[in-house]
Amino acid sequence: MAIGRSAVMAPVPSKLYSDDVSLLMVLLDTNPFFWSTASIPFSKFLSHVLAFLNSILLINQFNQVVVIATGCNSCNFIFDSSSVPANPNLENGRMPALCSNLLQKLEEFVTGDEKLSKEVLAAGIGSSLLSGSLSMALCYIQRVFRTGPLHPQPRILCLQGSPDGPEQYVAVMNAIFSAQRSMVPIDSCVLGAQHSAFLQQASYITGGVYLKPQQLDGLFQYLSTVFATDLHSRRFLQLPKPAGVDFRASCFCHKNTIDMGYICSVCLSIFCKHHKKCSTCGRKRQSSLEG
Amino acid sequence: MPGEVVKRARYKTSVKDSGVAGVLKMTEDKFVFMPNDPTSSARLDVEFRFIKGHKFSKGGSNKPALLNLTQDSEKGGGYIFEFENHPDREVCREFVGKALAKFSEASKAGSEQSAVKLFDEQLSTIEMERRIKLLREDSELQKLHKQFVLSGVLTEAEFWATRKKLLDGNTSRTSKQRVGFKSAMISDLKPLTDGRTNRVTFNLTPEIIHQIFAEKPAVHQAFLNFVPNKMTEKDFWNKYCRAEYLHCTRNTVAAAAEAAEDEELAVFLKHDDILASEARRKIRRVDPTLDMEADQGDDYMHLPDHGIFRDGSKEIIDPQYEQYRRTLSQDLNRHAAVVLEGRPIDVELEDTRTVAEALAKSKRVEAANEKSDGSVTQERLERISRMTEIEDLQAPRDLPFAALCIKDPRDYFDSQQANALKTLGDTLAGSKQIKCSLSTQEAYGSLRGFISEIKSVGLSDPIVKPDIALKVLNGLTQNISSTKFHLGKNPQESVLDRLPIITKEELLHHWTSIQELLRHFWSSYPITTTYLYAKASRLKDAMSQIYPKLQEIKESVQSDFRHQVSLLVQPMLQALDAAFAHYDADQQKRSARSGERPNGFV
Repeated sequence: MAIGRSAVMAPVPSKLYSDDVSLLMVLLDTNPFFWSTASIPFSKFLSHVLAFLNSILLINQFNQVVVIATGCNSCNFIFDSSSVPANPNLENGRMPALCSNLLQKLEEFVTGDEKLSKEVLAAGIGSSLLSGSLSMALCYIQRVFRTGPLHPQPRILCLQGSPDGPEQYVAVMNAIFSAQRSMVPIDSCVLGAQHSAFLQQASYITGGVYLKPQQLDGLFQYLSTVFATDLHSRRFLQLPKPAGVDFRASCFCHKNTIDMGYICSVCLSIFCKHHKKCSTCGRKRQSSLEG
Repeated sequence: MPGEVVKRARYKTSVKDSGVAGVLKMTEDKFVFMPNDPTSSARLDVEFRFIKGHKFSKGGSNKPALLNLTQDSEKGGGYIFEFENHPDREVCREFVGKALAKFSEASKAGSEQSAVKLFDEQLSTIEMERRIKLLREDSELQKLHKQFVLSGVLTEAEFWATRKKLLDGNTSRTSKQRVGFKSAMISDLKPLTDGRTNRVTFNLTPEIIHQIFAEKPAVHQAFLNFVPNKMTEKDFWNKYCRAEYLHCTRNTVAAAAEAAEDEELAVFLKHDDILASEARRKIRRVDPTLDMEADQGDDYMHLPDHGIFRDGSKEIIDPQYEQYRRTLSQDLNRHAAVVLEGRPIDVELEDTRTVAEALAKSKRVEAANEKSDGSVTQERLERISRMTEIEDLQAPRDLPFAALCIKDPRDYFDSQQANALKTLGDTLAGSKQIKCSLSTQEAYGSLRGFISEIKSVGLSDPIVKPDIALKVLNGLTQNISSTKFHLGKNPQESVLDRLPIITKEELLHHWTSIQELLRHFWSSYPITTTYLYAKASRLKDAMSQIYPKLQEIKESVQSDFRHQVSLLVQPMLQALDAAFAHYDADQQKRSARSGERPNGFV
């Protein structure tokens, strides 16, 4: 699978952005703790994803792909198809330049992320910073929106393996609502053993696709069948729909996922216990109960 | 009611039959027919309690006067009697009607008594009827009632205690409405003249008199003053009718002349002073903030007709006779006011005197009430007028809100339940937290290893094995088509609808019964009395009986549905388990405590 895009992608002034041109933001989960236990090795996973990214770029010459790495301690852009620098040194015959570029950035990112980590032996896998990478993706999309009336149709694809971090609940929900407002669908492909309530809600609210593949060795097939379709074509396709969504919220006080809790009647903050004063807005006495 | 009735009649087995002539004798509890021919076998001796009803032929001289005493509809047939004339038949019919009414009342009382006895409680018949009606209307409720109350798990009172709202809702609906005055005006009461003589007849009924009293306080006052000291009631009404007649003929001059001669008659002819003062008082009570000029001109007592004239005739009035004139609009307004005020008293309209006195009493009470809250009213009015100056700064008093109304709660709960089950299944599957034994360094190291591995090896070729790709593709299309054809068809369709109907019904029934039991169970905590203790253990026993039934359902269904059914049953079992756990914990605490204090209560 080779691609002919090694040349500098100078911005084409007469870019014809038809309705099937996509801007795909891929959020790549690089939680090392998850990948050390995952049922598919990270290298295998990367080869599926890289092939998928290549095929996206092949579908339409104006398609744009941006990859953001979601680490445990940081997030960063590791690839942007609109600004791939020409670096012939990386072309080694085994790998298209695009891929080697991405992998190099990824390696740098992982090293940087490790430096940031504090040596704390967590009991579980721990979560990755989904809220951070979602926000970065949305910021990027906002910038694209402001370039002019003509721009590719953006969407976000989360390749998530780590479990949800309930402490990120508020930030993730804010990102979800912001995506909903700017009509950016969030697609989710969950690679871990558990369903992700965050991503279920994200896809449900923004009108994206939520999928938890059963056969991880066929990941590329899933990606190309379900997530490669642009937003315009989705109107004519039957994409998988989840049968149910976990709508449970996290409380603001202990960041626990709760089935039932107290809601501040003024600012709608959620608490697992009854507090005399709302810690978010300072309003006294909340008594409403949500189911 | 006379003790017995004896009439000549012909007994017939059918309407066409010529019949047997004889004598029909009716007493309070039976009727006997003796044929004139003593050898005839058509002899009857029947008790009324075997008679269910009676029919009779229409009155008319050319038709035979028939009376049919019908028996039980199942047995069919009846006893047909033909009387010599209609009056004879009428007498017998009335007698039969009264006798039957007596029997049906007695039997009804008997059945009500038995119903009350069944529930072993002191309840009014109305309350009982309401409950029976609710049970009859709601088959689900009836099932629950049968299951728990009749089997003794819950008492009647406990069962209804959680449904007070249902019972209350019906009370308000059955409230009696008061019957007001008819909106027809009494002036419609026309004098009848019989053409030949000069006599004019007015027809007054107690109902009309009551209305006259209400509409014309002066007449009412006069009645109280004059009758029976000064004149008889008959004379009084004669005078009244004469006055009315004068009004009718619109002969104001004659009216003035007669009023001058007869001071009692004048009362009826002149303007009603009581009414006038009442009107002035009402005008004074008009809200001062009302944006309307309430002045002398609004006094309808002195307003000329608005171009409307009674009987379409126009007349020019000498101001001298002004006070003897009554306009249509005056009558109309007064009548409207009285109809709107409603019927203030509830007395039998038989004796005119009592009606008049009762009306006077209620008027006095009204006046007293008005006087006592007069100062309060004034204060309120002042406040209102102060407030109205800044009314646009006031918050809207009734915030618009719509009551939450879930028409069929099952629609909502089914969908919620399906969602809950889904996530429940997921969390159960994923609850095994994968422990990561690697240190941070090792973890990052392995991740970097993977990256360098792909760098050196390159992308795998082929990326996906064809058979796996096919498998994925098949899986995806199947999943999509199944959700499309099973779930997508009808958004309201739930998991339950795909189960066999019997299983669905059973599951729903168990749900409702478990909910009922759990509600009672949890509401009996904390246990403070021995009664609650007994109730909790009673409920626990009942719940443990349902438990194996749920297992049975799970095993009885076909394998295709077993997974779904077990998902549905799971929350029920969990709810029951939680209750059992609580019961056991409480039991333990209780026994530990009673160990310390052997004499402590249970």
